Amino acid sequence: MLATLKGNKWSYLAMVASLLLLILLPSQHLLGQKISLLTAVGIYSIVTVGLCLLMGYTGQVALGQAAFFGLGAYISAILSTTYNVNPWLAMVIAAVATGAFAYVTGFPIFRLRGNYLAMATLGLGIIMWVLFRQLRQYTGGPDGLTGIPNLSIGGFTFDTALKRYFLIWFFCIVILLISQNVMRSRAGRALRAIHGSEGAAESVGVNVTQFKVKIFVLSAVYASLAGSLYAHQTHAIGPSSFDFLASVVILTMAVVGGLASVWGAVFGAAAILILKIELIPEMSKVSFLRSFFQSGAAYLIIYGLLLMLVMIFMPKGLFVTLRDAYERWRLRRTRRGAVT
Amino acid sequence: MRWMTTDLFVQSLTSGLTQGCIYALIGLGFTIIFNVTGIINFAQGEFVMLGGMLSYFLTRSAGLPVVPALLLSVLVAALVGAALYLLTIRTARRASVVSLIIITIGAAIFIRGIAGEIWGINPVSPPPFTGKHPLHVLGATILPQALWIIGITLAAAVVLHLLFSHTIIGKALRACSMNRSAASLVGIDPKTMALIAFALAAALGALGGAVVAPLSFMSYGAGVGLGLKGFVAASMGGFRSQTAVIVGGIVLGVVEQVTIAIGWGPFKSDYKEAIALVLLLLILLVRSRKLSEEERVS
Repeated sequence: MLATLKGNKWSYLAMVASLLLLILLPSQHLLGQKISLLTAVGIYSIVTVGLCLLMGYTGQVALGQAAFFGLGAYISAILSTTYNVNPWLAMVIAAVATGAFAYVTGFPIFRLRGNYLAMATLGLGIIMWVLFRQLRQYTGGPDGLTGIPNLSIGGFTFDTALKRYFLIWFFCIVILLISQNVMRSRAGRALRAIHGSEGAAESVGVNVTQFKVKIFVLSAVYASLAGSLYAHQTHAIGPSSFDFLASVVILTMAVVGGLASVWGAVFGAAAILILKIELIPEMSKVSFLRSFFQSGAAYLIIYGLLLMLVMIFMPKGLFVTLRDAYERWRLRRTRRGAVT
Repeated sequence: MRWMTTDLFVQSLTSGLTQGCIYALIGLGFTIIFNVTGIINFAQGEFVMLGGMLSYFLTRSAGLPVVPALLLSVLVAALVGAALYLLTIRTARRASVVSLIIITIGAAIFIRGIAGEIWGINPVSPPPFTGKHPLHVLGATILPQALWIIGITLAAAVVLHLLFSHTIIGKALRACSMNRSAASLVGIDPKTMALIAFALAAALGALGGAVVAPLSFMSYGAGVGLGLKGFVAASMGGFRSQTAVIVGGIVLGVVEQVTIAIGWGPFKSDYKEAIALVLLLLILLVRSRKLSEEERVS
């Protein structure tokens, strides 16, 4: 776990190396052509880490995360286009409104658990999607909204893909660090206790429902921020980015990353986006696979397989399972070293 | 809001009854799997989609007559249901509730993707069982297919009732739903019963899909919406008695159609999809205490 990595100089080296990689990746010699993919990884990492916190640390599954993502995107888009509100202010309003919405709905919803909680969040997500589609005078209906402006600070506008890449990854890193600190805090220990045993956590004075709702609100605010960034990144949004399948995509990212891992979320988001944007189009070019990948539904087959296989064989998630295996291997090697 | 004429009322009542029968069939599938295994199968709606798509394929492309196509669709879906249980649920022994939810969602997405690859992503519709000429009853127009839907749902309910009350398998299924460990003590294998429950639920869903597809279109992505409505029907019925689930489905269908017909406030037909979901949230919240107690016991 993270605690075992703490104080290890290798983990600091790894952190510096990944920061360096993050700065170098968009250069023309490396992945400069794929900058929109790299930016998307940052955006989806933010949503996914929220879901990872919620699922990994409360042991509950939420199936409507795309609704909060959409709420952030739509509020930002509507305020900054129709009402000419400053985009940063719009982003804050979106986050507060989405958080408040999650808080109000969270208390009744988190009185449920397991299957019923999953169904309730799934239902809530689809209701929001119906609203995105049908409140035409505000959301533009099925066509969505266009002309969403770039973000800017003072006279500096984030008007190129590269500038937005750094902006979004700045947000992403800050949110990852916050999440890691939340997990090491008193609240994080309380949440892990809830995952271990709700009854036991309750008996030592943890207000279980309240903690669950808090983490639900946190995940909603993350999703909302990611949604706002997404709106200002793509400049156009539509309801299809926030439907049930979008929630499933986010769920797949969290599952692949590992449900209780903050850094795994980045791994999950990157793996799934590379799969969808790069690998599946590549696979559909291979002659004998072409007929199979023609309808555009092929990615569903692969996501479905991933969800089933990871949950059956590695319920902790792909990233966490690999990391634990590496930790065990290293431990065995150092022990053997001590004997000889 | 507008006042309804008698004609409109009878019309929305009958179309609500027709839709409700489908929800009831899906809800029965949820109930059977939940009672026998304690699992909510999030892929239940996909069997409905499979039933509709298979009957379309078998009648339009393979040229089979209606009845063999219907039976074959139901049989294939039942096999898919059995395979779902054997390959995923049974493989993931001692999985947590959250794992099982994610596994069945994965299965749902997988089946949806396969259907999209095989039959394409456009909505399709198999031919109706007997003609397209509507009948006029009490000022309402009823398509013959609607009568088929109601009739087949009734027949399925009677067959299910006979199965559960008069056959060894049915009694063993009921024993499992009462107490799995006690059932295995008297020689009933809960795993076999779970397999039968999944196949039976898939068959019921596919039956619903095959009979409703000629009336309303079916597409590879229709499973989630239909599944949710079946889940609402099952929750209204309390996941226990079959009669209650059937009544729940019909009530949901009628409520949907009547609110659309009234066109009151937010419940315009634009929001049709949301009506069942709002109902779902209300039911879950009202019953939340009881539901969480049940889950703690199981």
